[in-house]
Amino acid sequence: MSDLQDIWVYLAASPLLGLTVTLLAYQGGLWLYERSRRHPLLNPVLLAVLALVALLHLTGTDYRTYFEGAQFVHFLLGPATVALAIPLYRQIHALRRSLAAVLVAIVCGSLTAAASAVGIAWALGASREVLLSLAPKSVTSPIAMGIAEQLGGVPSLTAVFVILTGITGAVLGTWTLNALRVRDWRARGLAVGVAAHGIGTARALQVNEVAGAFAGLAMGLNGVATAVLLPLAAQAVLYLAR
Amino acid sequence: MLAYLTLLLVCQLIGEVIARLAGLPVPGPVLGMVILFAGLLLNGGLPDGLEKVGGALLEHLSLLFVPAGVGVMTHLSLVRAEWVPITAALLASTVITIAVTALVMRGIERLGAGAGAGDER
Repeated sequence: MSDLQDIWVYLAASPLLGLTVTLLAYQGGLWLYERSRRHPLLNPVLLAVLALVALLHLTGTDYRTYFEGAQFVHFLLGPATVALAIPLYRQIHALRRSLAAVLVAIVCGSLTAAASAVGIAWALGASREVLLSLAPKSVTSPIAMGIAEQLGGVPSLTAVFVILTGITGAVLGTWTLNALRVRDWRARGLAVGVAAHGIGTARALQVNEVAGAFAGLAMGLNGVATAVLLPLAAQAVLYLAR
Repeated sequence: MLAYLTLLLVCQLIGEVIARLAGLPVPGPVLGMVILFAGLLLNGGLPDGLEKVGGALLEHLSLLFVPAGVGVMTHLSLVRAEWVPITAALLASTVITIAVTALVMRGIERLGAGAGAGDER
């Protein structure tokens, strides 16, 4: 028994455990997601996060200890964000064709996402911390977390809001667009990509190829647009409120 | 492969340096993405190796946000205390954003439809 104790003490102090359980939890989530034929509610990230939070609670491990291992995965968010230039470049021809409509729609969507989320939460009495963390929730998470940090929000809280937003968009997107009778696949994809980033894009790709391409495009451009517009908008609001 | 992984990191590094030096309100990796995009436009093509490295990173993009997502455990009390505004904001805002984006896109495409860019496709 004391041997086991020794092994546990050793493992708990090394980054190996945090890294390994992260990969295991994600692959478990992915397995369930595929088994359910990609049911949007069984999102692998959501499942992995829930499993890991439960595990850390049960073993009495704090987040900082866990993160010492998980940071190796976390670090890759930076180069992955840079790599988003690749799908963006692949869509260059589609982009050139309807550039004006795409840009205007993305800027409108970007501002709507932030303003409506912050406005609704503010009206219902959310705290400043939650409001600032909610603002970039429609943007793909590596960018959203950077924006949240810049605004003075809580990046880890934003990461959770981003995932929940993606799941919401994937579940409600088709319903919303059908209700509005939007039939153009470009507009449908763009809308889901702006509102629900990568999770929405994955969903759009399953439904229609053109929608998927425009969703991926919208995800990338919305990330850039929001990263530029939101800090400026926040400064303007703070200035006016003074 | 290694060369292109290095290229991604170099783009990110340049992005970080520019963001800090110029005091820009944009995360370094986002600038790195813009730099890589500009580089691809100048190059006029997508190298195979870059597509492989980028594909490997983006294929499991969602895995990369798990560690940050687990960070919610440090905010459980905040989420519990404010779950009503949080839930309402996430649900309503997502639906509103989808509607606004799709309608604006459709509106502008219809305006331009006379000039040739039709609704078919």
